[in-house]
Amino acid sequence: MSFLLALIIGILYGAGTYMILRRSLVKVILGLIFLGHAANLLIFTIGRLTKGAPPFIPQGAETLAEPYADPLPQALILTAIVIGFGVQAFAIVLFKRTYQTVGTDDLDKMKSTDELK
Amino acid sequence: MTNQIIILPIILPLIFAVTMLFFWKSVKIHRYVNLIGSTISLVVSVIIMIQVLSDGIISLQVGSWQAPFGISIVADLLSAVMIVITAVIGFATALYSIGTIDPGREKFLYYPLLQFLLMGINGAFLTGDIFNLYVWFEVMLISSFVLLALGGTRGQFEGAIKYVTLNLLSSAIFLAAVGILYGIAGTLNMADLARRIPFIEQKELLTAVSVLFMIAFGVKAAIFPLFFWLPASYHTPPVAVSAIFAGLLTKVGVYALIRFFTTIFVHDIGFTHNLLLISAALTMLTGVLGAAAQSDFRKILSFHIISQIGYMILGLALFSPLAIAGAIFYIIHHIIVKTNLFFVSGVVDKLKGSYDLGKLGGVYKYYPILGLLFLIPALSLAGIPPLSGFWAKFVVIKASLEIKEYLIVGIALLVGLLTLFSMTKIWNEVFWKDDPKGSENYIDESYKQISTVKKYLMFAPIILLALITIVIGFYAEPFFNYANAAAEQLIDSSTYINSVLGLK
Amino acid sequence: MFSVILSTASRYLLPLLLIFSFFLLLRGHNEPGGGFVGGLVAAAAYALYFIANGVDEAEKLLKAEPIRLISVGLFLAVISTIPSILIGKNFMTGVWLDTNFPLIGKIGTPLVFDVGVYLLVLGIALKIIFSLAEEDR
Repeated sequence: MSFLLALIIGILYGAGTYMILRRSLVKVILGLIFLGHAANLLIFTIGRLTKGAPPFIPQGAETLAEPYADPLPQALILTAIVIGFGVQAFAIVLFKRTYQTVGTDDLDKMKSTDELK
Repeated sequence: MTNQIIILPIILPLIFAVTMLFFWKSVKIHRYVNLIGSTISLVVSVIIMIQVLSDGIISLQVGSWQAPFGISIVADLLSAVMIVITAVIGFATALYSIGTIDPGREKFLYYPLLQFLLMGINGAFLTGDIFNLYVWFEVMLISSFVLLALGGTRGQFEGAIKYVTLNLLSSAIFLAAVGILYGIAGTLNMADLARRIPFIEQKELLTAVSVLFMIAFGVKAAIFPLFFWLPASYHTPPVAVSAIFAGLLTKVGVYALIRFFTTIFVHDIGFTHNLLLISAALTMLTGVLGAAAQSDFRKILSFHIISQIGYMILGLALFSPLAIAGAIFYIIHHIIVKTNLFFVSGVVDKLKGSYDLGKLGGVYKYYPILGLLFLIPALSLAGIPPLSGFWAKFVVIKASLEIKEYLIVGIALLVGLLTLFSMTKIWNEVFWKDDPKGSENYIDESYKQISTVKKYLMFAPIILLALITIVIGFYAEPFFNYANAAAEQLIDSSTYINSVLGLK
Repeated sequence: MFSVILSTASRYLLPLLLIFSFFLLLRGHNEPGGGFVGGLVAAAAYALYFIANGVDEAEKLLKAEPIRLISVGLFLAVISTIPSILIGKNFMTGVWLDTNFPLIGKIGTPLVFDVGVYLLVLGIALKIIFSLAEEDR
């Protein structure tokens, strides 16, 4: 299971890095989304995978019995997904408006702010 | 229960922003709430700083969840001074915004966004938990994204694309680093991490994670070679926005670097801090050389942010108590001075209708006071005694002399000289030479239409910040003592750990 | 494109989905659910209505500007932090009333916070949907 997830994370990072280096705005935003998902999956995997053992203390017991799934990485991912959702929604709208204003989705043509006058 | 007060710098801006959202159609109420709110925040931050000075580190476990399981909010000397400066800049920007921001932007929730930005910045300064820091970074970033793109000119969008993309990339790296660090150490509380890291065996992996954090914060702090978004975007929004960004946003990155590489990642100083040292030298050089090639008022200032960041990182990289004290002093000085310079550039633009040095001129003849108000922060930035920048540079350079890093001393002095060159270039072109338009007293039409009250509001923050610069310059000792104490607290992390984890 | 079937179905589905979103909101403290998911479901209900009947109808049905929902939501979230300080506990500590209410269960500050999150998420999701839809008109 870990191996499979590691493979997926690797593919997501690879694809995300490739996409973010493209010149098209749409591909850049897709790349950013991939990188965000890759990071989330990374946290999930690195928090150690435990199957079917929710961290609930059974009735009558004082402590949790090993092994149990660590709830913290999942809480982190949940927060990160929510934040990612907001940021990506904003980025998509921003990129759309940019496309409407500048009239191109080619990043190489958007360097008027960098040029020396 | 006095420790509850340290949540206020975070929660107060939220309350003000929500108040403004309730009256979202009345720009007038926004202005008043923003101004009153910034004043209250300033008072509260000063009270917190006084308390931290008298009682030591204050920490608060949010929701009564004990550290390291819950989220800790911690105010040590460094955090306290950072929130005070944030409040000062917030107050100055509130004044300046009323004077300069156009009604179109005000209607689109400019002031609430400003308060959300301040909330994110204060949260980043006060949190004692790494994941919470990530959340505050995002709060800060998303408000800054909107502030940057608000108005929707072509330049703003082009700048915002680069700013958003690179900052989201750095957030993704930050998040991955948080995950790996949790996998290694099993905790994300900064105090708990500082306690556990000496006992962790996978030192190489730890170094790799620390470099990931360095890249993530490096993008935000705009260190070499990760600074490209800054000169592409900072000169595009209105000046009030540029100024608060220039003053505070990069410094949040620097603050995070200082916090991480003094309290947490000190297991492999030979590698990590050397990397920072090389980066600092190149940051200083590229920033100042980039500025030399520019001929736009705000672009020159933007590149100088980068070169000055180099000095702060240099202080951190040298990792002696004196050097870190120098870095902290430098941050205090630089936030005030840089914001002020942007404010001045805005007034010049209102006066003459341009940021282009070639089209400007003759300001001194018409407005000698403005010339003086420019010279104070400009000379301070270049490090001319007895202004604040001199002491900041002096301490950092003295620290590098003590460690016998002569090459870096040479670079730092050279960069200081080139800064002076840039500032005199602006002085000559904007203030001294004759107006290229020919007419002696050419004033842009729009400036004549600005009401007297707005003009006062434009000049008040500039005078305020200039006075602070002079005070720091002439009474440098208490500020330096404070920075020294803050640096000692950072290097000897035991008081921090004990305070947060409630150990005695 | 207007579809009679979808338009009619959405009229019946909307209240059902809203009730489901309340259910998710209220069971959220100890079981899966909560303000965030509830808010998303409610937003999805309105989104469905908007797809079937157009953005004007959906905005008319909502009766409140999304930004109003956002501000009320944030306000409730801020309000929920105050009782903890008043009774001298740490900031944001949960404060509960002891009595059990029928249907709702115990009432406390986390519930107020969750209702705030619900409204906030609903407001933001609708704001995004409506502003994207209005642009295409």
